[in-house]
Amino acid sequence: MWLLVAAFLASVIAAIVILALVLNIFERKQEAKNPYVKLVEVTEDTEDPAVWGTNFPSQYDSYKRTVDVTRTRFGGSDAMPAQKLERDPWLKRMFAGYAFSLDYRDRRGHAYMLYDQEQTERITKRPQPGACLHCHASVMPLYRHLGQGDVQKGFELACGMPYQKAHDMVDDKGKKLVEHPVTCLDCHEPSSMKLRVTRPAFKAAIKELKAHQGIKDYDVDRDATHQEMRTYACAQCHVEYYFKGQNKVVTYPWSNGLKVEEIEEYYDKADWTDYKHGETGAPILKAQHPEFELWSQGIHARSGVSCADCHMPYKREGAMKVSDHQVRSPLLNINRACQQCHHYPENEIAARVDIIQNRTHELMQRSAKALTDMMDAINAARKEGVDDEALKEALNFHRKAQWRLDFIAAENSMGFHASQETARILGEAIDYARQGQLAALALAKAKAK
Amino acid sequence: MNFIRRHLLLILAVTIGITAGLGLYTFSYAEGLSYFSSDPAACVNCHIMNDQYDSWRKSSHHAAAVCVDCHMPEKFFEKIIAKADNGFRHSKGFTLQDFHEPIQITPRNSEILQNNCLRCHGAVVHGIGQNVRCVQCHSHVGHGAQR
Repeated sequence: MWLLVAAFLASVIAAIVILALVLNIFERKQEAKNPYVKLVEVTEDTEDPAVWGTNFPSQYDSYKRTVDVTRTRFGGSDAMPAQKLERDPWLKRMFAGYAFSLDYRDRRGHAYMLYDQEQTERITKRPQPGACLHCHASVMPLYRHLGQGDVQKGFELACGMPYQKAHDMVDDKGKKLVEHPVTCLDCHEPSSMKLRVTRPAFKAAIKELKAHQGIKDYDVDRDATHQEMRTYACAQCHVEYYFKGQNKVVTYPWSNGLKVEEIEEYYDKADWTDYKHGETGAPILKAQHPEFELWSQGIHARSGVSCADCHMPYKREGAMKVSDHQVRSPLLNINRACQQCHHYPENEIAARVDIIQNRTHELMQRSAKALTDMMDAINAARKEGVDDEALKEALNFHRKAQWRLDFIAAENSMGFHASQETARILGEAIDYARQGQLAALALAKAKAK
Repeated sequence: MNFIRRHLLLILAVTIGITAGLGLYTFSYAEGLSYFSSDPAACVNCHIMNDQYDSWRKSSHHAAAVCVDCHMPEKFFEKIIAKADNGFRHSKGFTLQDFHEPIQITPRNSEILQNNCLRCHGAVVHGIGQNVRCVQCHSHVGHGAQR
C-alpha cells in the first residue's frame, strides 16, 4: 500500500513540475511576441520620457541609466567631469580668444546634455544664441510653438534669439518648452515607434550631402532604410556644425562631402572663420564632435554597422529582444556590442581598442607639440616686426593644422571610429604645423638680418 | 479515510492520468514532435535563433544543407542521442536563463560539425591537417553572414 502512496506522491510532484514547465514555456512565447501594453497615449507633444516609459518600461529604464558614472580610459561619464584645459594645457592655447579657453570639460551621459550646457562657462560667461539648443535639448515642441506649427520657421526664430530667451520660452499654458535632454520624441514616431529624424539642420544637410553624391531630391523620411536610420538618429547631433549668417542658423557643412579636407574646402569657399586666434591672429575653424563624419570614413561604416549596433546593442530580457537605451561606451559592454560579430575573447577585443586609442592619443600629443611650436614661431616673428601680410602663409598653416588637430581632439572615439583616417588627419596636422613653423622662422630670420 | 484506503488504486490511476495528460499537453504545446523532423522551422521555435535562420537562408549552403545536416550526426542512433542531449540542454537553458551569450557551440557539437564538413568535403581536404576546424576560416558558410 505504501508503494501506492509513494507512486501517488511522485505523480503529484511530477504534475506540479510539468505545470511549472508549461507555464514557463508560455511566458517565453509571450515574451518572444514582444508585446507592449498601451497604457497611455503618446503624441508629438508628449515630451516627457516618463510618459512614454509607461508603455515601454524596459527602454525607459535603460534610458534613465545614462546618469550612471562610467569610466573608460579616454571616455565615460564622471560625476564631476575633468577640466580638459588642465589635463592638456595646449588646448587652452589652441582656443585663445574663444569661449573654449574658459571652460572645456569632459563629456557626460545623455541625461546631462541640457544641464551641462546650461552650466558651462561658455554659456554663462559669453553671449550665445538659441541655436545651441538645437542639439542639447528636446527642442521640437519649442520649434513648433515658435513657428506656430511650422518647425522650420520656429527653428530659424529660435536660432536667432539669445540663448536664455529661447531657453526660457513658455507655451500658451505657461509651461516651459525646454525642459528635457534628448527624449523618445527626438528619434521615435509616437504613433508607430518607427525610427525617425526630427532635427531641421540634419534634414537639410543630408539632402545636400546626397545631392553632392549624385542623389537628387533626397528625402530622409522617405528614402532612408531602417539600418540607416539607426545611424541618422544619432547623426542629428553628433556632427560638425556652424551658425550660418546673421540669424545664426545651425548648418552642417556637408554639401562638399564629409571628409576633413572637404569640409575645410566648404568653409574656405564660404569665407567662414569661427574666431581670430588670440595669440597668432590666424583665422581659426572650430571643430565640434564630428563623430558621424569620422565614422563615415571607417571600416565599420563601410561594413554597414550603424551607431546603434555598437552603442545601443540588443539585449535579451527573457525571450524579449530590446535595444539597450543606455547609450554609452561599447567598452563597457564588449560582450553585446562587439562579440556579435567579432568572435574573440573580451580581453583580446579590449586590447585591440587600446592599441588604436593609445596610438591616437600619442599622435594627438605630438600634433599639439607641433602646433604650439608653430604658435611660438609666429609670435616670435611678430616680435621681430613681421607684418600680417608677410605672415599670411604661416597663418593659413595655423588654420589648416589646428582644424585637423581639433577635428580629432573634439571627436569622442579617440580614433576608434576610423583609426587609419584619424592617423592620416593627425599626420597632416603635424605636417602643416611644422610647415607653418618653418615659414614663420624663415620670416623672422629674414627680418632680423 | 476508509474511502481513500479502499479506492487507493483508483486515486493513483487518476493522479497518474492527470500527470500524463499534463505531460502530453506540455509536449504538444512546446511543439515536441517538430524536433523529430529536420525542418529548420523547428529550430526557430526559439526566436533566439532568428539571426541564424535568417543568415542561413542567405548563405552559400542554404540549398545544400538544413540545420540538422551540419549540427546533427548522420547515423540514426547517434542523431537521436545528440537530439536528446541538445534538446535537454536547450530546454534547461531557456527555462533557467543560465546560458552564455553570445551563444557558443559546445566542444561535442563542434566535433559533430567538423565531421559533417568532412562528410561532404572530405575528399577535397584530405591533404590538409586535421588540427584546425573548418569553420575557423569558413565561418560564414552556414550562418553568420551579414544581415
